Formats: sequence, structure tokens, C-alpha cells
Amino acid sequence: MFLNQFLLFAAVLFSIGVYGVLTRRNGVLVLMSIELILNAVNINLIAFAAYNQDLSGQVFALFIIAVAAAEVGVGLAIVLLIYRNRRSIDITEQNALRG
Amino acid sequence: MNLLLQAETALSETGEWIANGFFYLIATVAVVAALKMVSTKNVVHAALYLLVVLSAVAATYVILGAEFAAATQVLVYLGAIMVLMLFGVMLTRAKLGNDEELDHDQRWIGSLVGVGMLAVMSYSLWEFYQGERLPSEQSPQRTQEVALEIFSTYIVAFEALSVLLLAALIGAIVVARKD
Repeated sequence: MFLNQFLLFAAVLFSIGVYGVLTRRNGVLVLMSIELILNAVNINLIAFAAYNQDLSGQVFALFIIAVAAAEVGVGLAIVLLIYRNRRSIDITEQNALRG
Repeated sequence: MNLLLQAETALSETGEWIANGFFYLIATVAVVAALKMVSTKNVVHAALYLLVVLSAVAATYVILGAEFAAATQVLVYLGAIMVLMLFGVMLTRAKLGNDEELDHDQRWIGSLVGVGMLAVMSYSLWEFYQGERLPSEQSPQRTQEVALEIFSTYIVAFEALSVLLLAALIGAIVVARKD
């Protein structure tokens, strides 16, 4: 198996995730696209762990999974707070900080 | 002896063919589901497509011999994070049917950025790692070795991560509670 097939697969998922973050208006959908990006990075780490026969990549992938769990928890709490205050999670309408 | 060696090489080549076939199948499913996820008009369907992508990524970990990461992916992502996402969809009262206003008007800027990033990344990956192969006699990376690595080399990072998780938990409760 080539190393590149895994890296290119991860690159495709990463670009789709970036597209999702840039085009979605719903806050929850933006968080989902961020999960897609984090998963693409994890595929890279694990592919290099298998390529180098070194466990460090796998350990860092596990750390990223844990950090992603924390990120989703805080992110969804913020989205819920925005919804409670403004009755909408459309991120194009959240311009209260505009000077 | 020679015959045995030949048989073994043939077997490992067949194994690689099978692994490659499964990889391309899984990758196609994942990419199609990811594209549907960022383009569907229904929020709940987007969450379910994300579920497909995450399981495909777990299968990729299995192909790469990372059993523990695959199990963690299923437990944490498919179990916990997806439930959290669906709760987020329900608590923010997103429309459960089709919603025409999930995307910006300027969708083409997003696709331009996405395609541009993909082009740059695939060009550089192709230039740099062209023809690099994974080692042919790969052994799966055992959970025991992963655990030893985490609790010896990366023990400080592990403890820091525990504190981070606790802080995120408390922060999420404080931010989201009603007062």
C-alpha cells in the first residue's frame, strides 16, 4: 500500500471540511465540519505511525480525539447560549461585536 | 523451502490487494458521504452522513493496523460526540425538514478555497511522497504498546489533557446552565 493513498484521502476530507466551515450558516453544522477536519488530521497521524513503525503518531491521534471531545462540549454549550439569547444560531446574524 | 517462500510472497501480495480494495471502497463511501454532509439541506441528515464518514475513518484506522485508535474512534466519536451533536440539533430547534437557508449565498468562494487547498495539498503530497510504500510486513500496533507509550513518554501530556478535559467539562456546564 502506498503512503500517498492515505494522505490524499485525508487531504480530500480536509478540503471538504474547510468548504463546510466556510459555507454553512447553522452553528451546529459548522461544528460538524470541524470534526471532519480533525478526523482528516488523525488519518495523517496514523498513516505516518504505520509508515515509520512508530507509536507516537497513534498516541497523538488519541490525544486529538480527546481534545475534539472537549472542543465539541464547549462549542455546543456556546451555540446553545447564543440560541438562548438571540433565538437563532445563524452565524451570519451574530454581529453584536461589530464596531 | 523456496516454494514455501514463493507461496508466502504470493499470499502477502493477495493480502495487499484485498486491503487496497477495501481501502478504495471505504474511501469512496467516506468522500461521497462527506460531500453529502456539507451539501444536504437537512440538519439531521447531515449528522447521519457525518456518522458514515466517522465509521469509514475508523475502518481506515483498522487497515493501518491501529486497533486501539479505531476502538476509541467508535466509542468517542460515534458514541459520545454524535449524541451530543444530535442533542445540539434538537435543543436549537433546527427545522427537522428541509431548510433552504443552511448555506451562504456566496457558496462559490467556499468551493474556490476548498478546491484551491486540495490542489496545493495534493500537488505537494504527490511531489514529496510519490512511490513511498508502507512497510510490507506490518504488524498491528498493540494496545499494550500504545498504553506503555502513553504512560511513559507522554505522561505529562496525558496529565495536561486530563486537566483540560475537566476544565472543558466545568466550562461547558457553567456556560450552558440556566440561571
